[in-house]
Amino acid sequence: MSSEKDGKKKGPRAFHDPVVRGASGDGGAAANKAEGEISTGWHDVGGRGPGGQFNSIGKARRRVDGRAKATGLTQYADDLSRPRMLYCRLLRSPHPHAKVIKVDTAKAAHHPDVKLVLTGADFPVTYGILPVSMDEHPLARDLVRHVGDPVAAVIARSEDACEAAMRLIEVEYEVLETISNPVEALATDEPRIHDHGMWGNVHKAVSLQFGDLDEGFAEADQIFEHDFFFEGNTHMPLEQHSSLAELDRNGVLTLHSSTQTPHYVHKALTRALEMDSARIRVVACPNGGGFGGKSDPFNHELVVAKAALILGRPVKCTLNREEVFYCHRGRHPVQMRFKTGVKKDGTLTAVDLQTLLDGGAFGSYGVASTFYTGALQTVTYEIPRYAFRGCRTFTNKPACGPKRGHGTVQPRFGQEVQLDIIAHELGIDPADLRLQQVVPPDSLTANFLKVRSIGLKNCIEAVVEKSGWRDRHGKLPEGRGLGLACSSYLSGAGLPIYWNQLPHSGVQLKLDRSGHVVASCGAAEIGQGSDDVLANMVCEVLGIGADRVRVITGDTDLGPVDLGSYSSRVTLMMGNAAIQAAERARDMIATAVAKKLEVSKDRLAFADDRVFDVEDPETGLPFAEACIVAESFHGTLGTVGSYKPPPSPARFKGGGVGPSPTYSYSACVMETEVCPETGWVNVTDVWIAHDIGRVLNPVLARGQVEGGVYMGLGEAMMEEQVFRRLPNKYSKALVHRHPSLLEYKTPTFLEMPKVHTTFIEEPDGAGPFGAKEVGQGPLLPIMPALSNSIFDAVGVRVMQCPMSPQTVFKALQSKDKMVGPKPFPDVPWPEPTKVTPPWEGGDGRGESTKKSFVEKMDAEAGRGSETVASGGSNS
Amino acid sequence: MSQPPLHLKLRVNDEEHHVSTPPHATLLETLREDLELTGTKHGCELGECGACAVLVDGSPLLSCLTLSRECEGKSVETIEGVAGDSSELHPLQEAFADLGGSQCGYCTSGLILTAKSLVENNDDPSRATIAEALSGNICRCTGYLQVLDAVEKAVQVLKDRRLSEPGAA
Repeated sequence: MSSEKDGKKKGPRAFHDPVVRGASGDGGAAANKAEGEISTGWHDVGGRGPGGQFNSIGKARRRVDGRAKATGLTQYADDLSRPRMLYCRLLRSPHPHAKVIKVDTAKAAHHPDVKLVLTGADFPVTYGILPVSMDEHPLARDLVRHVGDPVAAVIARSEDACEAAMRLIEVEYEVLETISNPVEALATDEPRIHDHGMWGNVHKAVSLQFGDLDEGFAEADQIFEHDFFFEGNTHMPLEQHSSLAELDRNGVLTLHSSTQTPHYVHKALTRALEMDSARIRVVACPNGGGFGGKSDPFNHELVVAKAALILGRPVKCTLNREEVFYCHRGRHPVQMRFKTGVKKDGTLTAVDLQTLLDGGAFGSYGVASTFYTGALQTVTYEIPRYAFRGCRTFTNKPACGPKRGHGTVQPRFGQEVQLDIIAHELGIDPADLRLQQVVPPDSLTANFLKVRSIGLKNCIEAVVEKSGWRDRHGKLPEGRGLGLACSSYLSGAGLPIYWNQLPHSGVQLKLDRSGHVVASCGAAEIGQGSDDVLANMVCEVLGIGADRVRVITGDTDLGPVDLGSYSSRVTLMMGNAAIQAAERARDMIATAVAKKLEVSKDRLAFADDRVFDVEDPETGLPFAEACIVAESFHGTLGTVGSYKPPPSPARFKGGGVGPSPTYSYSACVMETEVCPETGWVNVTDVWIAHDIGRVLNPVLARGQVEGGVYMGLGEAMMEEQVFRRLPNKYSKALVHRHPSLLEYKTPTFLEMPKVHTTFIEEPDGAGPFGAKEVGQGPLLPIMPALSNSIFDAVGVRVMQCPMSPQTVFKALQSKDKMVGPKPFPDVPWPEPTKVTPPWEGGDGRGESTKKSFVEKMDAEAGRGSETVASGGSNS
Repeated sequence: MSQPPLHLKLRVNDEEHHVSTPPHATLLETLREDLELTGTKHGCELGECGACAVLVDGSPLLSCLTLSRECEGKSVETIEGVAGDSSELHPLQEAFADLGGSQCGYCTSGLILTAKSLVENNDDPSRATIAEALSGNICRCTGYLQVLDAVEKAVQVLKDRRLSEPGAA
């Protein structure tokens, strides 16, 4: 049984590929050379001030947009208004699934204040966020697929007039069978919600196998098999989506919108309106929160754009709160089965994971979401053999998509709760069980994810120590408990949504004799502080204060493309691009100043708004004067920087989801009070440690962690995007159970526990100054930590999320002291793609005759696919 | 809809305004659409989130649930009036900007005004009192803790200011 006896321990340790840290002499030049002029990270991770000190990185500082936000001057999309502006409202389907037979708009069009009525007939071309599922129409043409699916739009002089005219539109529907959940979807081949899925109402089913699972389970002393369920929930950004479209003075279509992804909205407009992309400008206004909910192109964005094109007048549409709930694109409800083999000492021998996703009515990010439910299990603990099968079904509900932690949150819940069960059964401390098999740094996982720096051990040790875990876990009085869980998340996706060789992020700098710097980038500020990250990079490299920097972001006209604020990519990717741009500006200034001061260039330091001789600090120029010298020397000053992630060693089909330049890690201990009579849960303390690589601005970093903990607690305790059938005497329609902020429960000030945050800073050369993501990772351990703390408090296992008092009560009342979902249903899985793990000599390719997209991309770039065979190093 | 408009005289941020508005116009609509004071936000228009809170005669009120006609003869304060006619910010604004009280900023106006009413009526509120006072305001970004830090900081600044005023004990 034991492979340790014969000395052949399988797992990531067998593969070791030392990577060169960015701090090494070449500053990442080798990596850049391999990738041409586009940066792939690996700059010097040290400070750019004299002696390698930091100018602004790591210092607590007011964010660059802080004053505007505290004075009400930030202009969100709905704050914009234009002369002659018209308003738009969408008429939405009252049926979850129906054929649209006829839409009669004649009466509405005659309303005196109505300027235009649009229907599906005006929009022949589909759109969607992923090229593989362009399955949305701005207004439904033949079929409505969920309650709230828009069928017509009214553009009028006021919102009141829109509402009045909408009541005059007559829509004839032929109601179809409603498919309300994945089990029904699997059992119902007809009617199909879409015809682009794999079969019936299955959108996507995937099966991947890394190594011989039978062998893995044969090596185990014990096999654990558990079912878990994670209910869907929604982002609930406080700002309701809003879009204003207008033609500018040159007739260019301009859309101002609450969007996290202006670049993809630009693409959607180009496609769905059949326009030249050069005639479109998209401006992402600062978002009043996004969390993934503003990452898709939305119906109203396309509709107002079309209306503005037709009418030549500005048109605005702002969704009401109920509509925001019906737009959704939030957390998928996911059922899971984890089969895990372990040895007596807790060593994992194999994991076999199945997931079943309720995708809702459209593709959205669903293909990626499906792969994400199986992608990141391997990056925390060594799993020598791993199998993943995932299936996403279409149902007649608002489409699910990416929410903070995109697709990785649900299986992380299952994995971390199961590890707690395993530890308990084997009599091992849950912290030790994890610590003894943390993935080593600079290694490849079974599914060919490249782990570089990993601070997970430090994270676990930090929360264990600070919470008093060793003395208190399992020893607290009845009704009080501690739970531990860990997680990991991407610092940006390794591949773009559109597979191409273009940079993922670009930054442009303009400097002039005024002594200020304008930094522009397509990245969208959604509250996370990306504008501040951009300024911070420039300040650090040029040694100037933030008051000298203006940032222009989210505007497809005024800045280079950045793919958007999703997958925790902006700090790393925009940050690296910004460093490249700023280094180039610094070089230009240094060249000119060196000549002027007759000092060698490499002796010049940039700090405190000055450029000076580091060996004779009195000799130097104020930054503004240095700019004048540089402008005189070079002419007009401007630089650019770009970033593209290094290629991934995964070559198999499906290997495009999961790779990241580097992963962040989190560990959490939660202390909980549970009432054994009622199941009431109260979280008192959260200790969380996050492996962030480098803290760029501690105020903002802390805010991301606490915000993630808060949102995780909402998901863990109360948040649910759930649906109910209206009674038969009405329409039987499937409607949102509580589409309002009052009834969709979220934590308030009064539910927020104490949060004790620790940052683990081990700079990773892939990130700007070593930084990794912080926006999403810290949410992930919260839900499993709560479940594990409930077990410690009252001895019941909650295998589903959210863990409302009713759910906990059910567990307390049950014979087996457990509450969980029904058994995982039978899914007709496709034949697995078999991939040999790296430690068994695998080269990252799957056993399949079809070329994976990565191989296609390689061919396009003229790049060989020998990367892995020759050692797998991209650095 | 077709009812004749009302002509209202409103005192907003210490200035008198005359507006012509439908009788059912809410204070939120009048502020944002007629007076172009878009610093006041809306998250639900149903009185559930607190984003639209403004001060009416010094007390926080949800402008989405208040008819403009009810505010005649009363004094309305919005985020735009918090700093007065000064480029120097109110201590609450300073603290929110500096201490992470604001991320996306959409709830910030409502929070600052609600907090302002609290600190004007209570010199030394405890953290629990602050949390209680703000518990009707939803924030999706911060997790609330940095908001509490910001209000506590502002309370301290205001306290120090009072002590340094001439005539203070």
